[in-house]
Amino acid sequence: MAQHEEHTAYEYLRPSKKFPNVWCSGCGIGVVMSALIRAIDNIGLEKDNVALVSGIGCTGRMPVYMDFNTMHTTHGRALAFATGLKIARPELKVITIMGDGDALAIGGNHFIHSARRNIGITAIVVNNNIYGMTGGQYSPTTPIGGRATTAPYGNIEPPMPICELAQAAGASYVARSTVYHAAELERYIEQAIRKDGFGLVEAVSYCHTGYGRLNKLGTAVDMMRALKETSMAQAAAQKLAPEERENKIVRGVLHDVERVEYTARYQQLIDQVQQSIGGR
Amino acid sequence: MTVKLMQGNDAVGWGALAAGCRFYAGYPITPSTEVAEMLSRELPKVGGKFIQMEDEIASLAACIGASVGGLKSMTATSGPGFSLMQEHIGYAAMTEVPCVVVNVQRLGPSTGQPTSASQGDVMQARWGTHGDHPIIALCPTSVSQSFDLTVKAFNFSEKYRTPVILLLDEVIGHMREKFDMPDFDAIERVDRIATDVPPEWYKPYGDSLSDVPPMANFGDGYRYHITGLFHDPHGYPTQRLDEIDPWIKRVHRKIERNLHDIVLYEEDWDPTNKTVVVSYGASARSARHAVKLARQHRLKVGEITLLTIWPFAEEVIARMARTARRIIVPEMNLGQLALEVERVAGRSKVVRVNRANGEMVTPQEILDAIEGS
Ligand SMILES: Cc1ncc(C[n+]2csc(CCOP(=O)(O)OP(=O)(O)O)c2C)c(N)n1
Ligand code: SF4
Repeated sequence: MAQHEEHTAYEYLRPSKKFPNVWCSGCGIGVVMSALIRAIDNIGLEKDNVALVSGIGCTGRMPVYMDFNTMHTTHGRALAFATGLKIARPELKVITIMGDGDALAIGGNHFIHSARRNIGITAIVVNNNIYGMTGGQYSPTTPIGGRATTAPYGNIEPPMPICELAQAAGASYVARSTVYHAAELERYIEQAIRKDGFGLVEAVSYCHTGYGRLNKLGTAVDMMRALKETSMAQAAAQKLAPEERENKIVRGVLHDVERVEYTARYQQLIDQVQQSIGGR
Repeated sequence: MTVKLMQGNDAVGWGALAAGCRFYAGYPITPSTEVAEMLSRELPKVGGKFIQMEDEIASLAACIGASVGGLKSMTATSGPGFSLMQEHIGYAAMTEVPCVVVNVQRLGPSTGQPTSASQGDVMQARWGTHGDHPIIALCPTSVSQSFDLTVKAFNFSEKYRTPVILLLDEVIGHMREKFDMPDFDAIERVDRIATDVPPEWYKPYGDSLSDVPPMANFGDGYRYHITGLFHDPHGYPTQRLDEIDPWIKRVHRKIERNLHDIVLYEEDWDPTNKTVVVSYGASARSARHAVKLARQHRLKVGEITLLTIWPFAEEVIARMARTARRIIVPEMNLGQLALEVERVAGRSKVVRVNRANGEMVTPQEILDAIEGS
């Protein structure tokens, strides 16, 4: 098993080129990366047919380590770049990797509209409740009361519900898990990639260096353990009263429907137009 | 083909199609919207793709993404949208991804006057994004030139792996003129240099004789990394001086060594002309008329019309300034390209004729300047 794991990772990494990575030791982002690699391996995708597009942040650094077509874009805009790429190359599996600030603050508009179009992109949001790369400023998912370098008296803004937002905007697949539940995360990422339309996976993680230190939440291990303790499967969560559910991270496939995918629909439009002008 | 009455914005759309553009992403804004409207209609007919994005930032991002996927891509906008696009103009320059950005200039700053003409974005086209970077910007003076320069813009962007800005103004964009559309098959089309090495040897930002490395498209079997960080020849981020320095020099060199190809202008002057008018865009139309009137009055006046405004046409301006005593620069702004003319020709020779209120500089104003002093 251990050997198999090692083998899988090596096939998909750029080991000679860009390691060691930039992340703090113990950061949860690496767990998401390995879950993504295993998901791609499970499906058996050709490396040439996968494109990873990221924004800016600790999370945004993920693609450079992986041996696919990789693009590290600008802060917040990964989905907009990915939209152009997917339209140009509908046959590619296009996967975007974003932090919570990246996807929902500066990139919130692109997030909503990508989901609305139901374009065939898999969006993975690593939610660590903070701006990691810039050193711990509050993000759209920082809990109320949470301390950040720009919220020294505690955050007063309510957090953004990532999954609910994606569902309301029109995503065809929405799931949430945590970096403690690596196998479950892998399964959800795999399902999202297999989906034709827009699939969102919220990977709840932590930032012990930024958020953890400012809020006295302990080490990476402590924060990992907290993910186990504060999260619960959707089925179990449904049995709780709403107020009991409040501070829980609900894990599961929250939404899964079939809707026509954008680039397929555009191809139909091209076919119709060309037919009506007698083909060219 | 057929002779038509056409506006500049439509000619830009046709020029794009003729150049092989197969992807357009944009956000509506006066006075550029007609470009989007015509391409939303025409692109699907040739199997191309059109998308209206949620804003201009996303529009240029999508163009760059599509170009990385192998489609020639364009967006069109005006003032406020051009401001929003600046970050991604820098990204395209940094990652050397071909794309064409059309800016039909309107009166600014801010929302300004959407339906009024201006040449107020000349300096923004050069320096709008942060950091040192090369850029190409072209300025048509007529409807047929809008077509021709759009083709050129695509060809330059592909040939030199660079974003190219096509700077129209509201006058040229909305003006209708007779236009004889050429046969698309007869048009010279340049495609990005493809790579022919095996994937494991491919360096997306490696050295090459031309200083323009071959470009592989995503999905073609050359897996590589693209980043807006400074990068090494493989595209991987670097902080090493010995990798950053050659990169910044190469991307400037790839433009500077090809000025003979890139810097386009029309000239009608000789060393006996003590006065020469230097103009571009819609102002060139007034300039042309003024020069004609002056010559009818037997004044010896020369004329240079810049079609490429960036990189600046230093060579011809310097050559002309050796003999000319007065250089008149009419612009629909308070003096932007005049700064460059002054830099090359010397401040004392330059006479600015400016208007920044939404109206064209009139031929009479230029004529007055020619006759004045
Ligand atoms: C336009 C722009 N604004 C601000 C920044 C600075 N910046 C870099 S990363 C970042 C936030 C990163 O936080 P998040 O997206 O949550 O990702 P994380 O680092 O936590 O993975 C910011 C604000 C930038 N690079 N670009
Ligand atoms: S700063 Fe936080 S998010 Fe970034 S690598 Fe370190 S622990 Fe991870």
